[in-house]
Amino acid sequence: MESNIKMHTENLDFFYGNFQALHHISIEFAQNRVTALIGPSGCGKSTYLRCLNRMNDLIPGIRVNGLAMLGNQNIYDPSIDVVTLRRRVGMVFQKPNPFPKSIFENIAYGLKVNGVKDKAKITEIVEKSLKQAAIWDEVKDRVNESALGLSGGQQQRLCIARALAVDPEVLLMDEPASALDPIATQKIEELINELSSKLTIIIVTHNMQQAARVSDRTAFFYMGKLIEINDTDTLFTKPGLKQTEDYITGRFG
Amino acid sequence: MIKKRLFTQKIWFLCLKIAVLINGAALAVILYFILSRGWRAISWEFLTQAPRDSMTAGGILPCIVGTICLCLVTILVALPIGVASAIYLNEYATQGKLVRVIRLGINNLAGVPSIVFGLFGLAFFCIVLKMGVSVAAGGLTLGIMTLPVIIGASEEALKSVPNTYREASLAMGATKWQTIRRVVLPVAFPGIITGSILGLSRAAGETAPIMYTGAVFFTPDLPTSIFDEVMALPYHIYVLATAGTNIEATRHLQYGTALVLIVLVLGMNLFAIILRSKMRKKLRI
Repeated sequence: MESNIKMHTENLDFFYGNFQALHHISIEFAQNRVTALIGPSGCGKSTYLRCLNRMNDLIPGIRVNGLAMLGNQNIYDPSIDVVTLRRRVGMVFQKPNPFPKSIFENIAYGLKVNGVKDKAKITEIVEKSLKQAAIWDEVKDRVNESALGLSGGQQQRLCIARALAVDPEVLLMDEPASALDPIATQKIEELINELSSKLTIIIVTHNMQQAARVSDRTAFFYMGKLIEINDTDTLFTKPGLKQTEDYITGRFG
Repeated sequence: MIKKRLFTQKIWFLCLKIAVLINGAALAVILYFILSRGWRAISWEFLTQAPRDSMTAGGILPCIVGTICLCLVTILVALPIGVASAIYLNEYATQGKLVRVIRLGINNLAGVPSIVFGLFGLAFFCIVLKMGVSVAAGGLTLGIMTLPVIIGASEEALKSVPNTYREASLAMGATKWQTIRRVVLPVAFPGIITGSILGLSRAAGETAPIMYTGAVFFTPDLPTSIFDEVMALPYHIYVLATAGTNIEATRHLQYGTALVLIVLVLGMNLFAIILRSKMRKKLRI
């Protein structure tokens, strides 16, 4: 597994102004594996996730130390093009956030902004992405209708399809099912399982069962520090530290 | 105890209701006053002819055309500059001291009395830039006066666009400009347009900024270029009511002109509201 590390960070520190939100985080993400980041609210797992596609850059007064690598490129190198980075490292957000455009236009958006002009090609990729996100059958007859008419679960799968359309290598998911009902959640989880054959997925979740169900590896964060990381089965059955055990058995958090 | 709380609530709701009623009554009284005295003046001739007999008879066509021309120049000047400023302030500029100072400046601009804009327009556009009294100078003056309104409305509209849209767009590898152009602006557009039309309708009724810069006492000719002087509805009312040759005899013309102006302004506002609800429906927000 050492040889196919898709993304990794080494001693990553992150500051909001003077407040240090992340302390020396080192994690390796293997290609085509699902890694779950768990921990109580405010532990830094979402902040960490947003370091990986530099979404944190939008916040004024932030600072990053240490190394964050995509393949063998340092993503915080001044010469790196953030726009290209974000195309390669896609993101799905906590609340479904389709644009107030048609279903088709939502998916086509990423292609258009990345310079794809060929209409036939766009149509083809839109269909392929919707199929990949397991929502094609539900929307194929109304792709020109507004995406805001879809249910919450459908909207979130549409957002996943939208992220997939630009063909990312890594997909970051920030609590993608926390705003959804159990059935919609189950569909998202099945989808994550399917996608993991083609993509490296990093998912933040509050739901420990979800982490156990969808991920290969799990990292436990607490107070901005990485406490423990291991294969998901091992972490949930034989946690190495008392703190981890307390959290996953629900004694705090 | 419960009874007392319910009674307190009733009293307060009654106060709120009265406030709204006063508001509505003011509009109703103004409309009734002007309608009842002005409608007799309205005729085909009144709307399509120039004033005659030292402005004691005839119509107000040059004023209607003049006001529309001034509005056109105003919106052509103020809309692009206002929206561009709002985008810069809200989307691009690093929020800091400089932006705070600029905002303060804009807010103060909004509080400057309209007569001061008129004097500024006279000094700068008419004299320094040698535009003379013209549609261009008057429209520019009104445009500058309307800028703060348009910037304010546009900033509000941009702020109301959920940040999740921006994040979603950037996360797909769109540039900041693509995000603004293709996601943020279409969503903010209804608010921007509505705010701008409301600002424009305010400008359409202003007298002070145009009395030295764009509008004249009397000219029977319609403008053929933006460097022509024009008559304008609000200034015409002012002239007839204070400086006309026979003020009493032209009362009905004054009310008629006021009615035309009010219909024009209310029409613009109504158009703005309909346009907004149409565009919102299209976006489904």
